[in-house]
Amino acid sequence: MEKQKAIKTSSSSVERKRLGFRKLKEIFHRLKKSTLAMIGLAIIVLLVLTAIFADYIAPYDYSTNDLKNQYAMPSKEHILGTDEFGRDIFSRIVYGSRISLQVGFISVGIALTLGVIIGASSGFYGGKVDMILMRFIDILQSLPDILMAIAIMAALGPGLSNLMIAVGLASIPGYAKIIRSSVLSIKDNEFVEAARANGSSDFRIIVKHIIPNCLAPIIVQATLGVAYAIINAAGLSFIGLGLEPPTPEWGAMLSSGRGYIRDYPHMTMFPGLAIVIVIFALNVLGDGLRDALDPKLKQ
Amino acid sequence: MNDNLLEIKNLSIEYVTEDGRFKAVNDLNLKIRVGETLGFVGETGAGKTTTALGIMRLVPNPPGRIVQGEIIFEGENLLEKNIKEMTSTRGNKISMIFQDPMTSLNPIMTVGKQIEEVIKLHQDIPKNEITIRAEKMLETVGIRKERFNDFPHQFSGGMKQRVVIAMALACNPKLIIADEPTTALDVTIQAQVLELMKELKEKFNTSILLITHDLGVVAEICDYVAIMYAGSAIEYANIERLFNNPLHPYTVGLFNSIPSLDEDVDKLTVISGTPPDPSHLPMGCRFHPRCPHVMEKCKENFPQAIEVEEGHFVSCFLYNKETVKEE
Amino acid sequence: MSDVLMEVKNLKKYFNTKQGMLHAVDDVSFKIFKGETLGLVGESGCGKSTTGRAILRLHEPTSGEVYFNSENILNYNKTQMKAMRKKLQIVFQDPYSSLNPRLSVYDLIADSLYVNKDVVSKNEIGEQISYVMDLVGLEKRLVNSFPHELDGGRRQRIGIARALILNPEFIVLDEPVSALDVSIQAQVLNLLDELQNELGLTYMFVAHNLSVVKHISDRIAVMYLGKIVELTDYKNIFADPLHPYTQALLSAIPIPKYGLERKRIVLEGDVPSPINPPPGCVFYGRCRERMDICKEVSPKLDVKKENHFVACHLYNGIDQN
Repeated sequence: MEKQKAIKTSSSSVERKRLGFRKLKEIFHRLKKSTLAMIGLAIIVLLVLTAIFADYIAPYDYSTNDLKNQYAMPSKEHILGTDEFGRDIFSRIVYGSRISLQVGFISVGIALTLGVIIGASSGFYGGKVDMILMRFIDILQSLPDILMAIAIMAALGPGLSNLMIAVGLASIPGYAKIIRSSVLSIKDNEFVEAARANGSSDFRIIVKHIIPNCLAPIIVQATLGVAYAIINAAGLSFIGLGLEPPTPEWGAMLSSGRGYIRDYPHMTMFPGLAIVIVIFALNVLGDGLRDALDPKLKQ
Repeated sequence: MNDNLLEIKNLSIEYVTEDGRFKAVNDLNLKIRVGETLGFVGETGAGKTTTALGIMRLVPNPPGRIVQGEIIFEGENLLEKNIKEMTSTRGNKISMIFQDPMTSLNPIMTVGKQIEEVIKLHQDIPKNEITIRAEKMLETVGIRKERFNDFPHQFSGGMKQRVVIAMALACNPKLIIADEPTTALDVTIQAQVLELMKELKEKFNTSILLITHDLGVVAEICDYVAIMYAGSAIEYANIERLFNNPLHPYTVGLFNSIPSLDEDVDKLTVISGTPPDPSHLPMGCRFHPRCPHVMEKCKENFPQAIEVEEGHFVSCFLYNKETVKEE
Repeated sequence: MSDVLMEVKNLKKYFNTKQGMLHAVDDVSFKIFKGETLGLVGESGCGKSTTGRAILRLHEPTSGEVYFNSENILNYNKTQMKAMRKKLQIVFQDPYSSLNPRLSVYDLIADSLYVNKDVVSKNEIGEQISYVMDLVGLEKRLVNSFPHELDGGRRQRIGIARALILNPEFIVLDEPVSALDVSIQAQVLNLLDELQNELGLTYMFVAHNLSVVKHISDRIAVMYLGKIVELTDYKNIFADPLHPYTQALLSAIPIPKYGLERKRIVLEGDVPSPINPPPGCVFYGRCRERMDICKEVSPKLDVKKENHFVACHLYNGIDQN
């Protein structure tokens, strides 16, 4: 009781500063050391800007047919040429970046949310919960991802949101397993026990103490996952299960151009190149982040 | 007076990191005579292990680098030897015992094989003799030779450390560097290992550099003691002088910090502050910010070692005769 | 010093392992008086840390009773236990792994307050943190630092501050100084001592280092393989150790003095496995004074001299009562 009094009478106080920004700066500082990662980051930033300002960047509408200008080779009017309906390929790639980014981020978001829930509960509670959840994940994983996605797409039908769901669901197992293993290594730390000792609930322990410490592998996996999702979506569209024409999806563009690959290779080459560059950028960025976030290198 | 087995002269080792370079070992002078056990005492970051790795020429490079100095072993400067000569010295004439017996043994090789391996590497003797030697080594450290073909995980911590000692002794080295050999062990097991080491050092007349933070262990087994602080030896004497008449304020503080078993002390006399960060060492005497007897000159100048009594060296201005006169 | 704050009766904590039942804590009973420090010593794997965690229900005990202020907290439900946690705190051994590396000093200390919202209003949090930082001697400028920026001694002070902020009555100190350098260890020991006097705390001090335990404790319990083999006043343990294990343990401690002539009892072999231990005395295999009865009957912890409990058949004839 004396202590309570002392607290009341003590006039000094300390203030809490938001320190997240400082940490971000630290990570960025380390990321800067890798030239490749910075190139990757620049490409991704460019891609995001392109998607946002597509209306201003694209010289033509992505769906307007121009039957006078079919199969045009790259020229001043159409810098990347036109396709079989005379649509400007550059404009379609620019608008396609919107789709790719949406598919990439939203499907990763879906996969991540479910993956974190499954992985974290599995790792944290162990025992039967772990058994059941992990066998479920094993079953998901025993099907090739793309087959899974095909099956889901076939069941749900085509469309952007279904595409995102299919790609997202198919990549849950990867996230769940990574998160489970990092939760397992972190939950044995004494700070988890310390949280329990002050009366924290399991939920609070997971959200406040465990997940923040698994962020590094999650961020890395998610970055690589975006690339993976874009490829998967392109693949699905390529085999005709993704988005329907005239949506400017890069995979669908590849698919429709493939019939003309001998005579008009630009129709497949440029969307293909767009995919390759974005995937490359995301991969090197992911690798760079892995090094920048690795606490072992903090020393 | 050339019975020195190992003599370290002005050794400096530095590490280069993101935050700049810092000296882990700073102008260190040290000697070990034949058959002598030197206790190398200091707290975390005092440069004990770096010195040991320096003697073995195993300082990881980068980030570490031996900047200057000489390490004279049996009359030859180890720092001038080439890689091949060094490899034949390591494990043969100088061997090392690490702190953690759990990680210093190869888990997928039988202990017998691991001892054989060391002998095979350095000695040109027939195979069956190697085996006999290895078995004998096991028995020397108190392990039955029937356990020759057992794997490390079949041994307890104390037994594993015995195996490590057997490996270290296998080639009958002149010098053993033991880096906290008993720290990972329980008290009763530590007692067993210390007894064993005492016995073996008499039997083989091996010199030992015993790195430890535990003055109790030093009292058990050492002949001489060097106290390390921030990369240099600040006090050096034989065990009797050092324990009965510690001179450096840090050494005195260290003794006072240990709760005594036979006296009742209400409050421990502590050394204030914390050990210095090796990347931001204070000017002058490294200990001056924590020293209760700090003087003006301590802040500017680094005190050289002074021989206060025969064989008792201390790096402190308190014992500089002129200073005493001034006061 | 006669008020019993905590009473532990027949506490057991078994772990189910692949090789069989691991008896980490096997039928342990003791009392802790208000304002005292009970030291719990033993070698690794003897169950001392598990005992400390089991009485706080951080590991749910297999069976037994733990009375805190005469109430059996093992019967408490979740809500009651959460309220009780404010009074029962713990400080951990490893100042590296016991602090969440993602939280600043402020958040680390405040976390307990956030969890127990009823304890204090939001604008008082800053004041309270400032107060406990003063108590444990942490510089205020460090309040927005992260643990990896601080040295071991400061980290351990954070651990202590975090335990103190809920205004506890009882703290389990689980090897609080064994990861620290000697000079820092002494500082933390003095701090713990001062805090106890100032705040009237009761400690259970778990450690393997007997000289440290002796320095801080009022009474000491020696554990071996899940059982308490001896429990008495800190002076008695050293002046008059009764159990053969205690005697060996004491003689094994290296003492930093020159020219000390001591008779050392070197124990043969290692601590046996706590998995499915045989009946009889746990120390039987290594004991120099073993008798036939020791192999069959496990000795009970009984008063053999004034305030001196021993579990050993050597003292069967002696009975205080």
